This record gives sequence, C-alpha cells and structure tokens, in this order.
Amino acid sequence: MRFYKLFIWMLLLSATYAVQGQPTFPENGVADPRSGFFVFTHATIVKDAGNTLQDATLVIRDGRILAIGSGLSVPVGAVEIDCKGKFIYPSFIDLYADYGIPSSQQRPAGQPFDFFRSAQLETNQKGPYGWNQAVRSEQQAHTVFTSDESKAKALRELGFGTVLSHIRDGIARGTGTLVTLANEKENLIILKDRATAHYSFNKGSSTQSYPSSMMGNISLLRQTYLDAQWYKSQPQEEGYNMTLKTWNENQSLPQIFEANDKWNDLRASRIGKEFGVQFILKAGQNEYQRISEMKGLGTSFILPLNFPAAQDVEDPAEARFVALNDMKHWELAPSQPAAFEKAGIPFALTTADLSSVSQFARNLQKAREYGLSDTKIIEALTKTPAEILGVYDRVGSLEKGKLANFLITTGPLFQDKTVLLQNWIQGIKYAIKEDAGNVAGTYQLVVTTQGGKENYTLEVKSAGAATLYAKDTLLSRFSFDGKQLKIYYAPAPVRQRPTMDSTRARGAGMGARFSGMAEQPLPLTATRLSGVANGNEWNGVGSDSLGNPLTWTATLVKQGAITIDSVRKKDLPAVGKVVYPFLPFGWEEGQQPRSETILIRNATVWTNEAQGVIKNADVLLKDGKIAAVGQGLAVPTDANVIDGTGKHVTAGIIDEHSHIAAASINEGGQSVTSEVRISDNLNPDDINIYRQLSGGVTTSHILHGSANVIGGQTQLIKLRWGANDEGLKFANWPGQIKFALGENVKRSASPNGNNRYPDTRMGVEQVLIDAFTRAKDYQKQWQDFETARKAFEASKNKKLLTAPVAPRRDLELDALVEILEKRRFITCHSYVQSEINGAMEVANKMGYTVNTFTHILEGYKVADKMKEHGSFASTFSDWWAYKMEVEDAIPYNAAIMHKVGLTVAINSDDAEMARRLNQEAAKVVKYGGVTEEEALKMVTLNPAKMLHVADRVGSLLPGKDADVVVWSDHPLSIYAKSLYTIVDGTIYFDRKKDEELQQKVDQERTRLVRKMNGEKRSGAPVIPAQPSYQLMHSCHDHGHSHGLLVIDIE
Amino acid sequence: MQKIIVSALLTASLSCLQAQETVLPAKEQKGSFYLTNATIHIGNGKVVQKGTIKVTNGKIEAVGDNISVPAGADNVTDLKGQDLYPGLILPTSTLGLIEISSVRATQDAREIGELNPSVRSIVAYNSDSKVINTLRSNGILLANVVPQGNFVAGTSSVVQLDAWNWEDAAYKTDAGLHVYMPSLLPRPSFGGRGGGFGMGNFGGQGGDPVKEGLEKMEGLKAFFREAKAYQSLTDRKATNLKFEAVIGLFEKKQKLYMHATTAKQILVALDFVKEFGFEMVIVGGSESYQVADLLKQHDVSVILQQPHSLPTAGDDDVDQPYKTAAQLKKAGVLFSISDDDSQTRGRNLAFNAGTAAAYGLDKEEALAAITLNAARIMGVADKTGSIEIGKDANIVVSSGDLLDMRNSNVTAAYIQGRKIDLTDKHKLLSDRFEQKYELKAPRKGF
Repeated sequence: MRFYKLFIWMLLLSATYAVQGQPTFPENGVADPRSGFFVFTHATIVKDAGNTLQDATLVIRDGRILAIGSGLSVPVGAVEIDCKGKFIYPSFIDLYADYGIPSSQQRPAGQPFDFFRSAQLETNQKGPYGWNQAVRSEQQAHTVFTSDESKAKALRELGFGTVLSHIRDGIARGTGTLVTLANEKENLIILKDRATAHYSFNKGSSTQSYPSSMMGNISLLRQTYLDAQWYKSQPQEEGYNMTLKTWNENQSLPQIFEANDKWNDLRASRIGKEFGVQFILKAGQNEYQRISEMKGLGTSFILPLNFPAAQDVEDPAEARFVALNDMKHWELAPSQPAAFEKAGIPFALTTADLSSVSQFARNLQKAREYGLSDTKIIEALTKTPAEILGVYDRVGSLEKGKLANFLITTGPLFQDKTVLLQNWIQGIKYAIKEDAGNVAGTYQLVVTTQGGKENYTLEVKSAGAATLYAKDTLLSRFSFDGKQLKIYYAPAPVRQRPTMDSTRARGAGMGARFSGMAEQPLPLTATRLSGVANGNEWNGVGSDSLGNPLTWTATLVKQGAITIDSVRKKDLPAVGKVVYPFLPFGWEEGQQPRSETILIRNATVWTNEAQGVIKNADVLLKDGKIAAVGQGLAVPTDANVIDGTGKHVTAGIIDEHSHIAAASINEGGQSVTSEVRISDNLNPDDINIYRQLSGGVTTSHILHGSANVIGGQTQLIKLRWGANDEGLKFANWPGQIKFALGENVKRSASPNGNNRYPDTRMGVEQVLIDAFTRAKDYQKQWQDFETARKAFEASKNKKLLTAPVAPRRDLELDALVEILEKRRFITCHSYVQSEINGAMEVANKMGYTVNTFTHILEGYKVADKMKEHGSFASTFSDWWAYKMEVEDAIPYNAAIMHKVGLTVAINSDDAEMARRLNQEAAKVVKYGGVTEEEALKMVTLNPAKMLHVADRVGSLLPGKDADVVVWSDHPLSIYAKSLYTIVDGTIYFDRKKDEELQQKVDQERTRLVRKMNGEKRSGAPVIPAQPSYQLMHSCHDHGHSHGLLVIDIE
Repeated sequence: MQKIIVSALLTASLSCLQAQETVLPAKEQKGSFYLTNATIHIGNGKVVQKGTIKVTNGKIEAVGDNISVPAGADNVTDLKGQDLYPGLILPTSTLGLIEISSVRATQDAREIGELNPSVRSIVAYNSDSKVINTLRSNGILLANVVPQGNFVAGTSSVVQLDAWNWEDAAYKTDAGLHVYMPSLLPRPSFGGRGGGFGMGNFGGQGGDPVKEGLEKMEGLKAFFREAKAYQSLTDRKATNLKFEAVIGLFEKKQKLYMHATTAKQILVALDFVKEFGFEMVIVGGSESYQVADLLKQHDVSVILQQPHSLPTAGDDDVDQPYKTAAQLKKAGVLFSISDDDSQTRGRNLAFNAGTAAAYGLDKEEALAAITLNAARIMGVADKTGSIEIGKDANIVVSSGDLLDMRNSNVTAAYIQGRKIDLTDKHKLLSDRFEQKYELKAPRKGF
C-alpha cells in the first residue's frame, strides 16, 4: 500500500504540462489546452503565518486558488492529489532578487571619484534625458525583463515563487517589475509591470563627476525632487525631459531605497520625509547596531542575510589588526533579523547580497538560531513583502482568488529533516526534490550473477543512506529518488567503519547539515547496481567487480519507523552586547554617561571672561549649563565633586576646522556645490570623536573640503560620544559654508592637468562673481514672484488673471541667497595675499562678508584689510612649505593678526593635531608673544565667536553650556592631559574610566579571538584575517600620515 | 603647467632671497669662551645646576658647577639661570632634499628603482634650504638626512645645520643604509561600484602582499650574501657598485636602518642581525613596544618617527603613541625620537620628546632621546649628543623648558663652538610685517 501511494506521487512528478497557450500566439501543431484543475487533499495547510488548517483541501484552477478549507468536497473534473502527511505553504516572495535583468543592463561601474582624474562635467548619455547620468528614473525593468530558467530554478528550490526585479544602476533606478518564477513566457509571468520605484546612494555606471560624495548623492536626489515638481508646470525652457517626466510617473508606486547601512537608512529616510515619501529600506548588515533609530523610522525593511565570515585570527600578529568592532559585528550580525522581530519592525527577507543564493537556507537557519521565530520567517517571506508592494490580494498567503503559488513539504518548514518537494507557481508544478516517501526499512537483496545468487540485507535509513550487510558490513553507497535507485558496494577494508551518508553537507532539507566525517572512498572495482522501484519490490541490473553483468531484486521485509524531527528548543547563542557607538570604548546600553551636577573645587580656573584666571576657584555645572564660577561655592547634595587641587579648568576646546565624523567631506564634482551639506552625512562611528575628547575637544566644526571654489554647507557638532547623527549636531546654530581658493580649487596637484574651470586665481574670482550674480538674479526672481503672488491672492477677480508660476527652486542658489541675506556664513580656505584680497573685493562688490578665512597663512600680510572687511581668522600654528602657496606661511601669523586686532583661532584640519590644540595654541605665545590667556581663547572663545555661538560656549560664564575640561597641568603645557572632558554637563571622557574601558576592550578582544578560533577549529569556513582599515577624510590639503591602518580619502 | 610651476618657484625664491642671504654661516671658533650660570642638561640624564661650560676651539673643554672663570674676561656670558642643552639631533629627515612637498621640481628624496644602496643623500643636501634655519630656531643643530624609497633607498648622512655647502655640513657621511620594508599587511582594493564609500575587497589585486613582501626580503638577504662573497672575490670581472656600497655594513662602519612598523616586519628584520650581524635600527617602530624585549635582546635600536600620531588601531590605548617611548625605555631598548611631520618639517622635535615625557619618560630621558641616544644610534656620540668634555660644542640655550612649547625659547645656539645666527625666514617675514603695522620699531639696516 505504501508503495502504491509513492507510485502516485511519482507519476505526478513526471507530469509536467504547459498552461493554456496565449491566444495571440499561433500553435505549431495540435493545441493542448488544459485548465490545471487540481485538488490537494488531507494536507496541513499554512494559509499564512498565523493560520494553519489540518486535514485541509486546496483547489486550484487556471493558476489561481479556487477554494481552500477543511471538509471541502473534491470537485468533479479535478485531479486529486493526496497530501496526507504533507504541508502546504504560500510560496516566498523576494523583493530584492537579481532576476531577469539581462547582463546587457548591468553596465560596469563608473570609477570611484579621483580628485586627480579629469572631470566629466556633463552627461554623456544621448537622448532626451536629464542632466545627470546617475538619475535613471526612465529605466523600466519590465521592458528589459527576460526570464532566466537557471536563476529561476535556484530561487524556486529555496521556496520562492514571486520576485521583484529592477535595474540596479543609478541613484534613481526607475521602476521594478513583479514577476513569478514560472518557466513561462515573460508575458505570462509579469504580475505587475511597474510595481515599484527604486533609489540608492550608488551612482553605478555613471561616469559623470557629480556627485562624487554621499552629500552629493543626497543633494542630487533632493534637487531632483524639486525639479520634478517644477517640471509639472511644463516649463518651456526645460523642453522634454524624460527623466523628470518618468520620475513624476514613478512617484505613485511603492518607493524602495537601497540604503545598505544603518546611517544610510536614516539619511534616505530624511530625504523621504522632506518630500513626503515613505521609503521602504533595503538594509545592510548593521542596522541592529541602532535598532531604536530603525524603529523610529516607522517604515518596513528588506533584510539581506549575508553575514560576515569568521576570520582566521590564530596568528596574534594578524589578529592584532582586526578591530574589535569587526569581530563583534561578526558575532552579532546574524541576530539582526531577530532584533528587528523583537523591536516590532516590519521586514521582508531577501536573497540579495549573498555571494550565491544557495547560502540563503544556511543563513536563514543561522538567523533562526539567533532567535528569529519560524512564524516571523514565514511572514517575512510571504505576507510582509506582499503588503509592502500592495499585492497581498494576489500573493503572500493562500486564499481564494490568489495566485496558486505554494510549496509542498514533508513537514514544518525550516526543520532539519523537512524536504521541500514541490514549488507550484501560477498553478504549475515545479518539482524540487523527489519524495522518497518512507523508504526506510529492511530489504532482502538478492543478486544473481553468472556464479549464482548472493544474499544481502539492506537496511535503508533514508533516501540517501543505507547499510549493506553480507556476513560483515560492506562499504557501500545508496541513493533513491523515489523511482530510481543506485547501490554501489565493495568489501570493507579491515577496521574501517563504513559510512554511507551521501547527503552529507548538501542540505537535503531547509536546514543545512554539516558532517565532519570523511567518506571512505569506494574502490574502482565496486559492484554497481541500478534499478527501479515497482511497489514493494525493487528490480534492477548491474555489474560486478569484474565487470560481469548481473540482475537483482530487493524485497521489503520490514518497514522502518517514520522518523519525525524532535523540535528542540535550542538556547540562544551567548553573544556580546551592542555598544554605542559600535566601536571600542562605546557605551553599553544603560551605561551611557548622563548629565550630572558636577562641582570642580579648588582649581585654577581660566574663565575667558573679565575675571581672567582665578586661582583656588570652583566651577559648578548643573542641568547641562555652567551654574556658577567662583571661590568657596557651596556643595549641592547631589553633586559629583571633583577635586581640582593643582589642576586647571578651561572651557572645552572648539576646533574651527575639522573633518572627522562624516561619511564624505568633498563634493569635488563641480566648482560650485553650495547645495551639499555635511549635516546630511554625519558619521557618529568615528573613533576620533573619542580620541579628541581625550584631548579636551568638545565642539568641532565639520567643514566641507577644499576641492572647489564654493564647497558645501558645514556642520557644527558636539563630541557626544555614543550619540546618533542628529544627536551630534550643535542645536540652533546659524549655518556656515566652505569656500576655497588657490591651488586645490584649480587642481594644481593633478598630474594630468585640469579641465575644470577655474584653472587660475583669475578664474576663481570669476566663479565667485558668476555664482553670486546668478544668486542675486535668483533672489530677485523669487522676490518678484512673491510680490506677484501676493497681488494675485489679494486680487478680487482671480479668474481673469493668470496665477504667477513659481521659479525653479535651486538648492545651490538657495544657499548663496542665505549668504547674501546673512543667514549663512562663509569660512574660506585661503593662503596667499592676492587671493585673500580678491575674495574680499568680490564680497564687497556682491554685498556679503567673508566671515572667516581659514588656513589664512598669509593673513599676516593682509591683516589690516581683513580687519576692515570684518573677517575672522582661523589658522594653523606652524604649518608651512608643504605646497607652493604656503611657502610664506609663518608661525608668527596668528600673533600678528591678533595684534592687528583680528579675532584669531587656531584650528587642526587634522584628526591627530586636534587632540593637542591646547598645545598648538601655546605656540602663539612662543611665536609672537601673545599672552597665555589670549592664546587659550584662540582654541575656545575665539572659534566660538567666529561660529556665532559665543553666547553658548567658549568661556566659563554661568548660563553657557557646561562644556568644560579639567586639565592635569597648565593647559598650554606639553605636560597637560585632560582628566575630564565634559560636554553639556556630561562626562564623556574620564581618564580613569578610560582605563576601565580599555580593559573591557582587551577582554572582549580576547573573548572574540578565542571564539573565532573555535569556529575555525570546528571546521567552519574562515577567511584570512582582514586588517580593519579606517577611511579618513581630509580637505586634501596636506600629506599628514595617520598610520598603518588609515586610508586617506577625499 | 610646468612653466607655471617654474616661474612661480622663481618668483618665490627671488622674493625671499634677501631673507636667507642675511644669514651667514658662522666662522670657525678659536680660543675659549665660557657660558656661566646655566642649568646644564648634559644629555645623559644628568643635570648640573648653576653650571658653567668652557669651550675651546670648538670643543667642550670643561663642564660643571665648579669651573673657575677668569675675572673680568670678555669671553664670559652669564646665562642668568637659562637652560643649556646639547644641540638637538633630528634623527630622520628629508631636510635639504625636499623644499616644498607638493612641488615635484623641489623633490630630491626618492630615486627610481628598488635597489639603490649606492645612492647617497648627502650629495643632494641643499645647505641653503629655507627650512634649515627654522629648525635651528627650535634648537635642532644636527639632522640625519635620509633618502626615501620603495625598498633599498640609499644611505643617509648626518649634517650640522650651519654650512656653506653640503661638504661643510657633512658630520658623518653615508653611515646608514635605509631599507623601506614591504608592509606585509593586506590592503583592500577599492573595486566597488562607483560612488560607493564602503571599504573595498581584500586580495582583489596584486596577490598576497605578505608572501610577496617576504620574498622581497629573502631577495635582499640573497643580495647581502652575494655582496659578502664579492668582498673576498679575487678575480672580479666587473665592479658591482651596489655590492661595494654595502661593505660598510659588514665592517660595522654602517648601520642598517629598517623602516618598519609592525611586529611582523620587525621580526623579519631581525634575520639581518642574526644572519649578517648587522647593527640595525628600526625606523618608524610605532608597534615596536610589542617586541621591545626582543629588540633589547638583539641590540636593535629604534627611531620613533612621530610620537604625535594617532594610535594604530581603534582598539589601542588612545595615548599609545605617546606611551611607546616609555615602554621601550622600560625594556632597556636604545631609542630616539624623531619628528617627520611634513607640514612642520621637523621643528616640533622637542615637543614630541616632551609628550613622551608627559606619558612616562623622565624629562632628561626624553631629552636624551633627541640628543645623546640619537647620537649613539647615528654613530656620532663620540663627537656630539651631550655636554661632555672633548665633544663638539653643539649647544642650545633656552630661557625655558625646551621640551614644552609653553616655555621653549631658544636664545642662543652654537655649532662646533660657533655662535650661529638664529635669524630665519619666518622671523624676517614676521619682522617685515610687524613693521608694516607699526607693531615694532624699524629694524636697523632693514
């Protein structure tokens, strides 16, 4: 009986058929229309993650579900398939499959930005497209979609039935198309032609220079939203712009953003928020590191399952360069889906980012081990993706009327021994694995050779494993696919235990299996049998060890027991904690320092105010502010009292020129990029935040680089170690913008010359004049528009008038108008006197002021003119001779400018020197004899003034922010160390605590190195140790090396 | 383009011609003079309070707190309690080889090729470089002029910084052969899609850097083996200048300077001590603290190139670069401190030592790292590096702690007893513009 059932199953397996042909297509031969009318009975049907029917029936016809439920009668005319013991699930949906996009659409990546390469300033794409090659909203995946059976098969084998495909090229990537994985003509499998719109931060194949930075990517997207909106008014001067047209058409679709990183998720969502778009985010591996921020986005995610591999860290000399955070990430990344589940964030799972989709099952299993529930997995592979696309009425669960996309398995999904048998798509069966049924049992094997009959006992454990005995156990192999079987055997070598597990490491079920056992090789002289199952009997032919032909018969004598997976509840793996930021010295949840009441007693206090330096004085910090400064302050009951005896207290150091904590610094793609904003791409995961706190820095001005004349908008941050990107920002700060002059903007260092205007200091002046002339015209356009709009609004007979049309909003010019309206201030990279005077002359002509000249190493030559213009000066103490334009730089510069009456700051422009800015200030005493108090102001109060925040920071005045440093020694001395660096009354750096944190780092390293070594010894694959390099930005101005593991980039 | 640079250079050098030309190298010192009432930092760890030194014919004749000074003599200078130090030695520098880092025409530090043992830095040393006098102003009186390179770069020479030409400047010639070791560290390639900001992939290009680096080092050993054999070869058919250039290493007249950072590099470098018995100096050495005992065991010394650095790895102690010197000291390793910052061109040497003092070294030990110990490493300790009898009178006087920028103020300096002019380009430019703004009275003859 059992074999009879099996037989039926096998028949079904071989019965492939085509759905009804397309009416418009001629038939070459006799038509073979079928309705695909099937009824699946006695199955356990999981309709969706929350609904399971026992002994239920599923009826499908014409590719759709006709009925589903318990106790349904078998319809007349349907083929019945008995699914007793089988499970039926909705098939899976992948929103980020790389399927059906022909390789011709996968254009090679444009080269990464290179400061020295010649610029491509215009698009080289022919046709009525937009101005930027990276915006490809006109792409439509369905127009190029080509089904690809080999890829479809791989996905079907994993249980997928429906996938979303798009052309992964560009910052805007056009529309994606929803298709099934049926092996049919494209016409029949496209479920939705324009299903989604896609975006990324990756310019892909674009060879155009702009954008060359993360900030540029963001600005380009923002500007395109504005342009597309404006294009709706059909501006004559724009003509026909297919890119903007399709951009607008795509807006009604679900919008999917490939962010691939936790901070990029936030960046993308901010763009979305600005333009009223809720992006669905394609995540990366590290979102678990900021799970509450992810939750706060209130959107759905598409999670990949590519987890980092263990590294080979057995050699301590190599392990040395593998960072703690990389090892922690290796340990924690598989917990990402579970973290999303726990946080209640909706997500779909994808095969994307895996080097091979075949890793999907194994990694899914890993995510499961790390706490992802089976229910959630099903939901993340069915309902959630369907709902994200708005196609839950068609796919994503098993309901009447939905597509007949379902899986038939031998047991509950994801359990080790469960085998996926069939994947039905649009009512068409795709066999994945033959059902061997319960083949287990004892068989009498009779082999008939020329010499007579030989009797053996065959104990079959499963379709892939059996043991063969004569007198002794033989060395053998066995396989059975439900119909055909093969047996090989040979006498076992002495003392060797035979193993026959031919499914080893192949992952027969949804769960991957590994076996460390090595198979005994079969000798070439093994007897080979092959045959076919016919009911309870197997018959076949073969060839013995000498090559003589034989026949054989195997008869079931005792049926084996059906082995059912015992569902073991495994403990979650023990893992370390997420720290904030996800770096060494990061805070564990709950351990983050908080603002407290702090009294520093009996110290030498440098007030930077009229009281000057007060000896034996106290400083009280409360509620994040400086509460009192003076002698003999009362001790509040809740105060953390710091003994300041022999110590010095100053305001926190403010670095006017820094490039830390940002994902990109230079948008070098054009000469004017006032639209880009550092604030769009802050990176709180920069170890230099902590290192600079250790040097007493509390506030840093993160500048755009000096690649172009009008660079980007800058961002002032406070060094709140552990905060997220928004949390770093200095609140309510009037913005600044970086300008640059001289060698960098004319690209003098480029060995291939320069094709980007300007190439001379003459051209630099022209770029400035041109930009501000355009800005003024633009300003007037808007003023005129506002006037006309008001007149129109006020008019009583509106019908007779034409409503005024708003000018195109231009983010680049907006920023320049802000300068003209004194709402944004310039900090201008500058060196030689001619260009400084030139910049001031343009400013005077155009009606703005250059707020700060930064670098300004020849400021001493033109200090009187700068004073007259009203500029601040921010300079290096003693840098010179690293390029031509600093040949006349002198360390007396700051002192002379100070003596002429300028407000002068000493800045770092360098992640290393920023840690010693107090000592850099001391050099102004050494070179030029400025007083110590005035010198200290050059790294505290004076930069606060030029940043327009002197009412908040820069001195120890009650009411100002409690940004304070306690020094071990005179603050200008080489021997001074910061003991406490306090921001907003919060101790972010505490030299004693630092030692504890260092010990934790070392302990955690040791633990993880051991764990990785254990992984290697257990036989798991490991990759060679990968030194953890840090990308470090600079303004591309000097060749300061930052050590072995730092890669300096733009 | 080329023309622009050339003409720009020309203009620049003309404009400050006057500045440099007013500074004349001092004449040979003859007879005796005394410097009295100074806190004398000997350079070997000792300090003499209220000390006097007597200099005769360029050499230190006497030093101590009990030197008798002839009454009423006009060759006595009362230093009034100022600090007196040995002239500082900058142990690695491209001084005189590179004038402006980004201008190719002014770069003479790096020759083409990977095996350049015969290349000599001294012949390119420009004793009229504008950088030189700015170093003297901070107490640096000698420098080791080091060629850069991709592998075997050539020999360095020690120069004194008050000379008419390189021949006059030469203090010890060709005494160090410099090898820039391969990194032995995989580096990622940026093969990602355009506009990507993530890290690239490892091992994408160029094969295995560790294996290749090790092969390269084996190749260098093979070179030395042949060079050694060449010395005893009687029937030389051809002269090999490269072999001849390294004979000094075998005779211990030269030292092998291995530019190396990581523990693995240093371990590989030790082979050259073991097999060839070379006297070796590790240059760079930011990771040297990890193998300090091995360095001591093999008598290898270290030049810490830049204590003012960021820690190598994020996991490191935030102050690791500041602490490395003290760790080497504790292990008994002979080390010196350098300042190879290309922005400041070495003038912060003393402050790098000061930082080492803030993080565990005794102040006099920190001073030794830029005076006597540097001299020992460079093989010039018989002539300079400390205020000791018989040595050249290379002396710096400062009105405050030379290691602390807060107080450091060099008031006088002597090279071989010659009192040098501490004017430099920066002082002159400062002077010029202070006069423009009437911040000070006009200078005589200016």
